Amino acid sequence: MTRWFSALLVCVAMVASASAAEVRGTGAIGVVIERASGSVLLVDTVARASIGRVEQLGDLSHASVVFSPDQRHAFVFGRDGGLSKIDLLAGALVQRIVQGGNAIGGAISDDGALIAVSNYEPGGVRVFDARTLSQVADIPALGPDGRASKTVGLVDLPGRRFMYALYDAGEIWMADFSGKGAPRVEKLPGIGKLPYDGNVTPDGRHYLAGLFGEDGVVHVDLWQEPLRARRILDNYGRGEERLPVYKMPHLEGWGSAGDVMLLPAIGRHELIAVDKQDFREVARIPTYGQPVFAVVRPGGRHVWINFAHPLNDTVDVIDTMTMKVVHRFKPGPAVLHMEFTARGHEVWVSVRDANRVQIYDAATFAKKAEIEAKAPSGIFFTARATRIGQ
Amino acid sequence: MRANSSIWRWWPSAILTFGLAVAPAAASERPLDPEKLGHLVRQDCGGCHGLTLKGGLGKPLTAEHLEQWSRDQLAFIILNGVPGTPMPGWRALMSEDEARWIADVLKRGTLR
Repeated sequence: MTRWFSALLVCVAMVASASAAEVRGTGAIGVVIERASGSVLLVDTVARASIGRVEQLGDLSHASVVFSPDQRHAFVFGRDGGLSKIDLLAGALVQRIVQGGNAIGGAISDDGALIAVSNYEPGGVRVFDARTLSQVADIPALGPDGRASKTVGLVDLPGRRFMYALYDAGEIWMADFSGKGAPRVEKLPGIGKLPYDGNVTPDGRHYLAGLFGEDGVVHVDLWQEPLRARRILDNYGRGEERLPVYKMPHLEGWGSAGDVMLLPAIGRHELIAVDKQDFREVARIPTYGQPVFAVVRPGGRHVWINFAHPLNDTVDVIDTMTMKVVHRFKPGPAVLHMEFTARGHEVWVSVRDANRVQIYDAATFAKKAEIEAKAPSGIFFTARATRIGQ
Repeated sequence: MRANSSIWRWWPSAILTFGLAVAPAAASERPLDPEKLGHLVRQDCGGCHGLTLKGGLGKPLTAEHLEQWSRDQLAFIILNGVPGTPMPGWRALMSEDEARWIADVLKRGTLR
């Protein structure tokens, strides 16, 4: 009797699991922004296939994504101030709020509890509970003249902290949520004119903000107390007139490769290699156009670069040992973003005007597959959940 | 917008003063392709001004916001950029006719 009962239980369990959705993990899932249609494509990076689409996410021009620590949920930051929480397993929108009028990306705290959003309108940073999307803090970015500034370059730092730059006011702020109650905000004033983006090194130690209003980059060593903003690469343009900049470079993904970091030179067809110890320039690498993203292959062997309009049909691959372009190819019209798989064996490239995402072998540069997508821009894989400053 | 607002105060008058360097287009210019231009505005201008043109790092390009400038002033800004801001001059990439076409559809709010 007992044996029959156990057999019956097993049968019931089997039926139940078969009827439930297929059991799977999220480690191979990615999100591709379809900027013009307000939707995101969910993709499987192992199968190299799309597995779903989530729609009605608002204006996704310049959208970006962060992931919960368990890689179950994606948080999508839209241009229209929308903050959308997506369940990657259900392939569905869980919750969506419009937290501001005009936003430019966000970050998730290292404990996964807080979502911070950077706003142009009203200028400042708002912070939300990752579970409920209820507001935890509102930090208007008021400059010395009392006027609200657009905020850019928002990243997470270890210890429930966030750092960002004030575009109009020319300051860098750190918001520290490690204590109870209201965040402690530390301000670094007078860093330079028009910081356009910022990022932190993968070890969480160095925050770098690029300046648009002058030739230079601002460096903050987060391991030093008190925090101090220091200018590096001063006058890298050597007084030469810069080319018109038809698309702002992004510092996301600019990376560390061995002993150097590669940074964009505004209005120039080149990258600047900076020594990671003393932050001095060690080399210039001529490139096809003005770099927008320079993404390091995990492991640091190569750096893949795309370019500003109108040279945005081309990708350069730089060998980080020789600091030379070793491969140049044309994926198609309007290459907007590149994302490596977690250990860097493949790279996904969004080609907006071809309505395609192309997948390349990172070692041989051979194209392995392509996926249809509507005007794809940013590509984000769940492995980002494990990285600082993503 | 401390730095920028001062520029925006003088820039339109500069345009009036230098008046209008947006002269009638040369006859040799290539024919205008509305579809291509519309795509450029939506997608590439949209990088800074937003896909819906409601603004971003750059100003809104809605008809309402652009009311204060004439078509030729806007064409001048498109071709020459706004000094001290990230707005580049697009002269190397488009003709004066094309800039005027863009100014027109933006002012009328008829960009598809």
